[in-house]
Amino acid sequence: MTETRALDGNAAAGALLELFAMDVTAASGRCDHCGRVCVLAETALYDRAPGLVVRCRGCDEVLLKLVDNGDRVWLDLRGLSYLEIAR
Amino acid sequence: MGFFSSGFSGRARSDDPALPPGQYLTESFPVLSAGPTPRIDDNEWAFSITTETGVVHAWNWEQFRALPAEDVTTDIHCVTSWSKLGTGWRGVSLDILFADVDTSADFTMTYSYGGYTTNVPLEDLLGGKAWVAFEFDGDELEPEHGGPARMLVPHLYFWKSAKWVRGIRMMENDEPGFWEQNGYHMYGDPWLEQRYW
Amino acid sequence: MSFSPATIVAAHPETPGARTLTLEVEGWPGHRAGQHVDVRLTAEDGYTAVRSYSIASSASSARLDITVDRLVDGEVSPYLVDVAEIGDRLEIRGPAGGWFVWRGDDDGPVQLIGGGSGVVPLMSMIRSHGDAGSTAPFRLLHSVRSPASALYYDELRQRAADDAHLEVRHAFSRATPPGWPAPPARLDQATIEASVFPPSEAATFFVCGSTPFVEAVADWLVDAGHAPERIRTERFGGIGVSP
Repeated sequence: MTETRALDGNAAAGALLELFAMDVTAASGRCDHCGRVCVLAETALYDRAPGLVVRCRGCDEVLLKLVDNGDRVWLDLRGLSYLEIAR
Repeated sequence: MGFFSSGFSGRARSDDPALPPGQYLTESFPVLSAGPTPRIDDNEWAFSITTETGVVHAWNWEQFRALPAEDVTTDIHCVTSWSKLGTGWRGVSLDILFADVDTSADFTMTYSYGGYTTNVPLEDLLGGKAWVAFEFDGDELEPEHGGPARMLVPHLYFWKSAKWVRGIRMMENDEPGFWEQNGYHMYGDPWLEQRYW
Repeated sequence: MSFSPATIVAAHPETPGARTLTLEVEGWPGHRAGQHVDVRLTAEDGYTAVRSYSIASSASSARLDITVDRLVDGEVSPYLVDVAEIGDRLEIRGPAGGWFVWRGDDDGPVQLIGGGSGVVPLMSMIRSHGDAGSTAPFRLLHSVRSPASALYYDELRQRAADDAHLEVRHAFSRATPPGWPAPPARLDQATIEASVFPPSEAATFFVCGSTPFVEAVADWLVDAGHAPERIRTERFGGIGVSP
């Protein structure tokens, strides 16, 4: 029947643009859980939720969470060891 | 706000006074998920309650289904603002699951296959207020809606009703689960519109 | 950067199921080929809905065009395709996206593969490539159900005829144009392999469409020997129920 299929990190570009001065979807991030490094644009994004959830395609663990209530934005980056952004 | 797109109305909604503030009525059953849908076979499924002293009460699928179950008709309210009235479920009351559990802790963390967690005070799970549901609308609960079994705690926002439930851990203090760590309210009463911190 | 007000200044149908809207946004900075915008609609009672749409227009034009495909159970797309009129207002956030982008300063070969409305960001790349007079070898493989649903069909055929550096191929899964040399068939690994640059060309791939389409195509490309790091993907989600 219907299945919630993940989008990819490209779809989070607009929401993240409000918070970062540069586009971060082209940034590389390391999964703090399994060590996999990949471009944020290529991660698994779930946006049919009370917030945005970005997960590692290698181990499914959460890399990033974003909750926006219109007045405030909560950004949780615990699942990422780092983000490497090229200017 | 004061800005609107002429002619846009979105999904059919109603101003039903039976709805909590800020909610809209839906006829469909939206699927919201924070991750991939877990696929759990009945023969690997287990549900456990672990007390603050480490005592574990566990049921496999057969044992769980042998417990007395009841039909529940209730309204559900999602924090993303849709509400569904008169939904039909079948499940086992938490009163039955907690019957032999010896605990003096006041708080619980529900946890799910796939890693989701959500915190609920124990008293909000008891007294006929919560179930572990395995049927929706007369049919087996589908995986995308939380099957084989999910929590049903309808008096709180529906993110507190964890899909793919795996167990409950007793806690001395209230601690935030998956969404509560990132802005969502620790308690979540829709009638008080407790959506965020 | 938050949402900015935008006005629909032009609209034209592309197919029975899709329409292109030209939006005017004050202070629009222009965009790169492949980027998208988030569109927010607000109903009279304050209810809002947000969806992302790829920008279809060329990066060298100042125009912001989006092409919207009507989804059967959609909440926003039926409004944008069937109801919205010139002069109507909505809100835009963007341009967004820095990965699924063709910059035009590279003249290496580029293979574009689109499923259905996944062709929209690829069309921006093709239009940008044309406007810039780029000599980068460009190939498009567009997988569609039928000629009636093939977005930009005539324009693509014309551009391919006029531009020595652009090749366009269509794969029809349900119905073909009159006189088409092959019966309709779903896209498969063999067709992909026969249509795209060989691995030796080290082309950059841009694959866009529904999640199942993108993942199947990406897997086939890797199986065919193309380097995964040269494959850029953009998923439009799959079959799902929107809230």
